[in-house]
Amino acid sequence: MKKKLGLIVNPIAGMGGSVGLKGTDGEKILEKAKKLGAIPKAPNRAIEALKEISSIKDTIDLITYPHDMGENEVKACNFDPIVIGSIQEDYTTSTDTRNAARDMLRTKVDLILFVGGDGTARDIYEAIGDKLPVLGVPAGVKIHSGVFAINPKNAGILTVMYLQERASLIEAEVMDIDEEAFRHNRVSAKLFGYLKIPNFPQMVQDTKAGSIPSEAAAMIDIAWEVVDNMRDDHIYIIGPGSTTKSIMKQLRLKYTLLGVDIIYRKKLIENDVNENKILKLIDGKKAKIVVTVIGGQGYVFGRGNQQISAEVIKNVGKENIIVVATENKIVSLNGKPLLVDTGNDEIDDVLKGYIRVVTGFMRSIVYKVA
Amino acid sequence: MTKNRELVHPYIPNSVPEVTNEMLKEIGAKSVEDLLKGIPKRLRFKRSLNLPEPFLVEMELRNHVEEILSKNKTCKDYLSFLGAGCWQHYVPAVVDEIIHRAEFLTAYAGNTYSDLGKWQAFFEFQSMMGELLEMDVVSLPTFDWGTAVAFAIRMSSRMTGRNEVLVPKIISPERLSIFQNFCQSKRAPNNIDINLVDYDSKTGSIDLDDLKKKISSKTAAVYIENPSYLGIIESNGEEISNLAHNNGSEFIVGIDPISLGILNPPAEYGADIVCGNIQPLGLHLNFGGGVGGFIASRDESKYVSEYPLHLVSIAKTEDKKGFGFGFCSFDQTLYITREKGKDFTGTTVALWTIASAVYLSLMGPEGLRQIGETIIQKSHYAAQTLSKIDNLEIIFSPNFFKEFVVNFDETGKKVDEINKKLLTKKIIGGKNIANEFPNFGNSALYCITEMHSKKDIDRLAAALEEVLK
Amino acid sequence: MVNQQPRKYHAHVWDEPIILEMGRKGERGISIPKVEKEIEKAVKEYKSYVPSKMLRKKRPKLPEISQPHVLRHYLRLSQQTLGMSLNIDIGMGTCTMKYSPIINEELVGLPQFTETHPFQDERTVQGILEIIHKFARIMCEISGMAEFSFQPGGGAHGIFTNACMIRKYHEIKGELDDRNEIITTLFSHPADAACPATAGFKIISLHPDPETGLPDIEALKTAVSKNTAGLMITNPEDTGIFNPKIDEFVNIIHEAGGLCAYDQANSNALFGIARARDAGFDMCHFNIHKAFSSPHGSMGPACGAVGVSNELTEFLPVPIVTFQDSVYHLDYDRPNSIGKVREFFGNIETIVRAYSWVIGMGAEGLKKVSETSVINTNYLIKKMSNIPGVTMAYPKQNIRLDQVRFSLEKLKKDSGVGTEDIARRMIDFGIQEYFTSHHPWVVPEPFLPEPCETYSKKDIDYWVSIIKYVCDEAYANPEIARTAPHNQSTSKINQGVLNDPNNWAMTWRAHVRKNKRPTHK
Repeated sequence: MKKKLGLIVNPIAGMGGSVGLKGTDGEKILEKAKKLGAIPKAPNRAIEALKEISSIKDTIDLITYPHDMGENEVKACNFDPIVIGSIQEDYTTSTDTRNAARDMLRTKVDLILFVGGDGTARDIYEAIGDKLPVLGVPAGVKIHSGVFAINPKNAGILTVMYLQERASLIEAEVMDIDEEAFRHNRVSAKLFGYLKIPNFPQMVQDTKAGSIPSEAAAMIDIAWEVVDNMRDDHIYIIGPGSTTKSIMKQLRLKYTLLGVDIIYRKKLIENDVNENKILKLIDGKKAKIVVTVIGGQGYVFGRGNQQISAEVIKNVGKENIIVVATENKIVSLNGKPLLVDTGNDEIDDVLKGYIRVVTGFMRSIVYKVA
Repeated sequence: MTKNRELVHPYIPNSVPEVTNEMLKEIGAKSVEDLLKGIPKRLRFKRSLNLPEPFLVEMELRNHVEEILSKNKTCKDYLSFLGAGCWQHYVPAVVDEIIHRAEFLTAYAGNTYSDLGKWQAFFEFQSMMGELLEMDVVSLPTFDWGTAVAFAIRMSSRMTGRNEVLVPKIISPERLSIFQNFCQSKRAPNNIDINLVDYDSKTGSIDLDDLKKKISSKTAAVYIENPSYLGIIESNGEEISNLAHNNGSEFIVGIDPISLGILNPPAEYGADIVCGNIQPLGLHLNFGGGVGGFIASRDESKYVSEYPLHLVSIAKTEDKKGFGFGFCSFDQTLYITREKGKDFTGTTVALWTIASAVYLSLMGPEGLRQIGETIIQKSHYAAQTLSKIDNLEIIFSPNFFKEFVVNFDETGKKVDEINKKLLTKKIIGGKNIANEFPNFGNSALYCITEMHSKKDIDRLAAALEEVLK
Repeated sequence: MVNQQPRKYHAHVWDEPIILEMGRKGERGISIPKVEKEIEKAVKEYKSYVPSKMLRKKRPKLPEISQPHVLRHYLRLSQQTLGMSLNIDIGMGTCTMKYSPIINEELVGLPQFTETHPFQDERTVQGILEIIHKFARIMCEISGMAEFSFQPGGGAHGIFTNACMIRKYHEIKGELDDRNEIITTLFSHPADAACPATAGFKIISLHPDPETGLPDIEALKTAVSKNTAGLMITNPEDTGIFNPKIDEFVNIIHEAGGLCAYDQANSNALFGIARARDAGFDMCHFNIHKAFSSPHGSMGPACGAVGVSNELTEFLPVPIVTFQDSVYHLDYDRPNSIGKVREFFGNIETIVRAYSWVIGMGAEGLKKVSETSVINTNYLIKKMSNIPGVTMAYPKQNIRLDQVRFSLEKLKKDSGVGTEDIARRMIDFGIQEYFTSHHPWVVPEPFLPEPCETYSKKDIDYWVSIIKYVCDEAYANPEIARTAPHNQSTSKINQGVLNDPNNWAMTWRAHVRKNKRPTHK
């Protein structure tokens, strides 16, 4: 059977960037961008990726949305697409992206290739969750999510590999920041969830050192390390993210992927607590914080886990912070330091220096925090 | 050697001074010292290495090393009855021809594209061992039998989440010491307790009552050897297997592969993991350097995911026209078990697998059956002949394969003393096990293979009679 | 800039069947000695010596092939293997693919070596014991250590042995309960983490500084504590960069009560130039199958020789070869020894070769080996500059010792062709693929050549010209590299089956079961 590739282009993604606006979420901003002379860049990005896919065009069905949302780009590359859905030409909104994602799910495509930024990723996630594998072609101003290929060309190559069953799937974060706040130079990033993306693992076989653990295996390994060393006299504050939540899975406890959960003596105390609740629960008691690195920027505090506030950190103490992350995640920071932004300079300063990051069972890496 | 001239060495093309200078010039360095400035002065070695005067002429070098080696007495010049994990079997000439090929000898970590032949030989080794063992998964070997079993024990511990293993009391002390180094990291979470299971004092096989007593909910695996370190063929394989399995433990069996032409492969009596030494399959003694230990198991994800050793898998090419090979990389799949503390592999004894592959393909099923028959009949002839000597006793008759224990208690002479005298008759006697197993008194482990003729065995008997007079 | 046309090359394509498909029933590859008639008469049928439940019931399905066909098959397989001796094998960083002198193969093939048994009386094996003892003295001089053992069967095994000795040291001091952490670095060999983990230690790895590529001393200070059992570290690390503060590292660990083990896998540039003990290390290991010329043997037999300082000799595996009253002895009487890590004495064939190699080099020759290796590496760096898509990792450090790590990150971004593609493409020119790097890939899309003393200036020029040719080609037509190899014995394989329990096959019987139809006709 022919593989089905879905393509969704967010034609206005990235338009704000070229004219100094941070993102195009919100209609007024788009108007402003157009007035400032912004040129759509997503279509060209789409075409760059499609060029890589054209080598297999006879062996796949390409399903896309009308006009600028894919049809035009696809035809420019001499594909013969199946066009579904309907939109108003020259005026697309996030609703159209969501509708397109839902239609793709109904059509049972094997992979959605989308062109856009964090907002587009979020729209797709909110429309269909992780029911379909996706891959992002970066075209937006904000690229904080992990669902994007490094450039359109590589997105195309990875798509071909996945459709030819030469790549596997891994989880990647959907992150977004509040654009309104971002425009006023306040960063307020949030982790929205995880999507599955194709990954061409470093298939090179390390003949001399044995196998390289997959991300999923590494997370289980990390969970063992944390669980094995859990102490009965400490409350554990488990931060958001799939790495930290592998600990909850290990203990077979109910958890909130994006929230903060509290456990004590390996039993659940409460799910999804806010800052005040945490402070109340740990008041006068010993506690440990377990957090992971969120997003490509390398934040351990202040992005997606603001519930674990400066106040909480102060009460718990630096020595009781357990940072967990897979070795891959640490390595993908390319040597950039881990970051903290608790909103309290004093606490941030305390956290700076070197810290141990638990990367597996009985394993850790010492890494810089700045 | 002329100290004043630069040494131009035949192994170092760029030691020609003009070339060195050209290269330094191109680098932009005045001398090699410029390139070593990354090493602080305080860490630099200040004098010259104090090494023996070299033999720079190959002819002289050959003479020098040959002269040293000629001080050895070999099992070729002497008649040897040593075994105990390193056995003298015949090595077909084709085996040596193949493993001395520079292509195999000097290859290393190349993948299937550059080294297809090497990978195919590995796969053929695994495949033929699979037929011999009746098992679908066989690994490339690790250093030796002991390490293979140690890894198998650790695999079992990870699979079952249990931290204790039962091993037979009759076991090579060297192997046991290796298990201890691998398993007993006291107080570490991956510590595994090793408990010894007694033997039946009449037959030398596993004492089932003692096994029943010692097996518990902590037992990750039961390990036995067949034939055992002292040569005994275990007859209760199936019973031991059932005891282990009913207890939720893994059943690991160590074997001598050259016995499998006539002996039942452990998979047939329920073994989950089989280990052993490939040295009998085409490797010289090499002063103990010819050994290698494999692991084999059923083709189930539960086992495959726990192998610390390389597993070569055949794979079709993308164009589906041909095939190549790669390492089975389990971690990419969804089946993930406890990842606690996987072990290590690395450079082991890959060349020996090629030797064993050639050996097994030369032998075929008939060859293996015949060699098994020959060995067992010759060893029993030897035991019979020796038992006729006054005051000599063969312990644990009649179920042994190629090794058996000779007790000298009644002779009033120590094994070392006897062996010393045998040596003057150009005979290397059996291994003294008096210190290893004091229960068996003043005993030696004798080994007979297809290499021993009737004449050799009779010569031993005559010499012993004389020595014991 | 090098601009050389690649020479013509194509690998052998024999399309050999798997051996289990060969031969026919009844063929024989070798005849087995039968028992003499007298023995046959004297003993019973073989079956009566085997408990009936232990008799093999069905014949193993081994192939039945005549001798010339077995020989032909394996000769053909050997031809489809690109051994070091046949090519410019400078891509395999950390492996030191040096010339293995043929004379040494003849020496280890002598029956005076091959036909000696490890349990022979020591007086009958004085020759081999002499070589072991003399080579241990040589290794002591090269490293500054006090005693050596050659029992470990490979580099990783040597590291494991050192970890066992560290464990024993703390156990005897009664401190093992607290001291359960080994510190290493991400650019040390991964075995420096994996092996002590097997020995029961927790592993703390120091991440390299992104500017220098070296571990930061401040990071070490964060890692050190009362739990520190020791440091296991490579230097130069797998980047070719020497850590100039290595003695400070050692001091910090010593002050904390730990031991320091030097992984000398990358020692080829250090003979007569720097020694482990002089930097304060307590123990070290060398790969005899690398810097000491014993052939790699397709992946062993090998030797990870371990050396220790005077204070630690009591912990070495038994036996140790000693020399007293003009006789060589095997000393087993060492109560604090860790015991055995391998049955018998190790892969002693590697020691015979290494002894012969060193004795054929001498002090001056050894230093020449290291100096040439350093010159070759830096010459290669010079030649590699300005190849499109290639960058050197940590360019602020401009010199290297035995090897150098490059990155193809730019090439990958520009063309989609990554380091694995280039590795596969290189062999289309008769050059063994290069080693990308151990994981994790701290340097993206890496490769790690090590042009040791075996390779001439012309060899290096040619190797670099192939890298350039292949990178240029990747920009012009990326598909060629992505689908490589094209001139090899086989083409690109579908790696997917290697991860798939329904398709992987470690034996022919499993393959036939899973595929119903054999691969080959």
